[in-house]
Amino acid sequence: MKGETAQTVAVLDPAKARLRRTLALLRKECIQILRDPSSLIIAGALPLLLLFLFSFGVSLDLNHVDIVVVIERPSPQASRFLESFEASRYFRVRIAHDRRDVESQLVAGRLQGVVVLGSDFAVQLGRREAAPVQVLVRGTDPNTAALVQNYVQGAWATWLTQETLAKGERATASAGVVNEPRFWFNPALDSRSALLPGSVAVIMTLIGTLLTALVIAREWERGTMEALLATPATRGEILFAKFVAYFALGMAAMALSVAVAHLVLGVPLRGSLWVLAVVSGVFLCYALGLGLLISTVTASQFVASQLALIAGFLPAFLLSGLIFETNSMPWPIRYLTYAFPPRYFVTDLQTLFLAGDVWRVLVPNTLVMALFAAVFLALTAWKTKGRLE
Amino acid sequence: MWHRIRSLIVKEMLAVFRDPRSRFVLVVPPLIQMVIFSFAATQEVRNVRMVVFDQDGGIAARELIARFAGSRTFTSVRLLHGQGEIRDAIDSEDALLAMTIDPAFSRDLQAGRAPHLQLILDGRRANAAAVVLGYANTIISDFSRAAAAERLASTRRARQTSSAIVSRAWFNPNLSSVWNTVPALVGILTTLIGLLITALSVARERELGTFEQLLVSPLRPAEILIGKTVPALALGFTEGMLMATAGRLVFGLPMVGSMLLLALSILVFLLAIVGIGLVISSIAKTQQQAILGAFTFMVPGVLLSGFATPIENMPPWLAWVTCANPLRYFLVLSKGIFLEGMDLRIATMSLWPLLLIAAVTLGSAAWLFRHRME
Repeated sequence: MKGETAQTVAVLDPAKARLRRTLALLRKECIQILRDPSSLIIAGALPLLLLFLFSFGVSLDLNHVDIVVVIERPSPQASRFLESFEASRYFRVRIAHDRRDVESQLVAGRLQGVVVLGSDFAVQLGRREAAPVQVLVRGTDPNTAALVQNYVQGAWATWLTQETLAKGERATASAGVVNEPRFWFNPALDSRSALLPGSVAVIMTLIGTLLTALVIAREWERGTMEALLATPATRGEILFAKFVAYFALGMAAMALSVAVAHLVLGVPLRGSLWVLAVVSGVFLCYALGLGLLISTVTASQFVASQLALIAGFLPAFLLSGLIFETNSMPWPIRYLTYAFPPRYFVTDLQTLFLAGDVWRVLVPNTLVMALFAAVFLALTAWKTKGRLE
Repeated sequence: MWHRIRSLIVKEMLAVFRDPRSRFVLVVPPLIQMVIFSFAATQEVRNVRMVVFDQDGGIAARELIARFAGSRTFTSVRLLHGQGEIRDAIDSEDALLAMTIDPAFSRDLQAGRAPHLQLILDGRRANAAAVVLGYANTIISDFSRAAAAERLASTRRARQTSSAIVSRAWFNPNLSSVWNTVPALVGILTTLIGLLITALSVARERELGTFEQLLVSPLRPAEILIGKTVPALALGFTEGMLMATAGRLVFGLPMVGSMLLLALSILVFLLAIVGIGLVISSIAKTQQQAILGAFTFMVPGVLLSGFATPIENMPPWLAWVTCANPLRYFLVLSKGIFLEGMDLRIATMSLWPLLLIAAVTLGSAAWLFRHRME
């Protein structure tokens, strides 16, 4: 044929070809991420929103609980009882003399507790009969209610000890037990310091699982998976490229969250950064594994998002020990929490931020997470369809 | 017009129900979630492990330890033999509380001096630590009072001052945290379903290209809006009532108020949620954006609704923000109807904000629809 040029067929060394393909796919993933503003929002704005919410919106401490002590008939004993309600930063105590209008306020939710000393309180006390002190709380908020009960119980116990000793002749001061409580790692018992490290786990689950769950399903729905499969790229390379791209995104979000939590919100960071990076990296591998598995198995973004929420996000939020104490749950649920890696990650984070590099805690937890990660990634690789049916 | 809307509704329902996975995901997970999370979401503290370093060994010290061991809160009381072991126990999260009893504890108690002990708690689990300290203080003060009374009784004729605390918790006598959680979960899970179905409906069609087909059909924008709202409302409503029933049957939740009022509340609440979902849906161009938009609303929505934290605890400016959160009003309605026997008059105080939010969001969605359709 005229003008035939020697066609050089570039026969690349298979390893080099593989590398080239993978890099090309990686580039495609990165461009896809950068082009969709929602990916960047979820990696940048949503973590900040969550940190902010956990900082100000979620407070497990109690503040400004309003209670009223109803003294139906004033007496010196009743006044002494009132004195035992020391000034507390949690409770605002007022006095009233008629229980009826106070009770309606309790029902309406304007008060959280009512303590009633009946009109025969002093009389019964003098007769050494049991003089009842009545406490009414709102059961619709059990946490506050229990705390109010405990507080009143404490004040009553103090007062009772005083009264008991006042009857005696000894002039010595109340010999109540002196106990000095100390809170290690978090001396001021700032619930923020306990919540914010754990919230990094939630943030990484958002990116690692929720975002990734949509990735492969989207390609199937739009039909671009078909195009990808027609290229020389293998399933492994496709998965690997997605994994690397979202891993980078996840680690970037983690770095941002840690920086904001420590530098802006003042959470101490007593462990070393590289340990934090390794532990977070392992968890991210699990999260990505779960997300990619969901994505590849469901092939529908709607179903994938629901599954990611149920299996990824809600356990990270509710079953990880972040907000609700795992030991208090009934035992079937407690054992269930062991099946979810966020639980181990939250423990690691709290330890790393507040306590330091405690290997006895970090090593076993991280190994378990690594095991989960390996299992899910293997399942993903196995389940990813290389053909169209 | 009604004929067209009805056709669209049928089509929407088919789109959701035809896929078996979609059917599964709409029914099974919400129920599972409700069961698991109702049991998990407890603010009580139980099954606490503690360690004790008893430097005294006297009778009084042992009696105090026995009180801790006998209490329901502490399931494990381990005795240590050295100060250093405390560090290990707390660091490794083996124990939440460590108590050190002073060597002179029993002697001080006998002599009428104030005996000393020290409590060390794991501040990493701040909330649990605070609650456990309260329990521990109660045990210690009970012990203290008993010791004081005993000492008096042994020195002079018994002159007991007695008093008793009678405590009642209204609406939830056993302070069951499940009764607090389930009404809230009905709201949260209904929000999840309603929001996702709505937010995804338009975005999915846009992404798959079938939205253009809708546009060339005889349907007008308002009709498309109604056609997409009704299925989401119906599905969300069914889910909500299903979960309310499950709450009553599985958890024994009381129904002090009327079921009818609950149904009305769910419906009005869903109107607001669907409105928000449609606004998200009209802004989002892809399903991913719609899902993430729904999410960005849901997470603050749940956290700022009064579910995990009472609104009174939040700083005032944040409490103001929650006024725009439909879930906040629904939580009041839900708990009120289930536990307090709320009537229509009081319920109206929470219903009208929901209607306002619904009006604003549905109106915005309609406007956005018309302007983005082209």
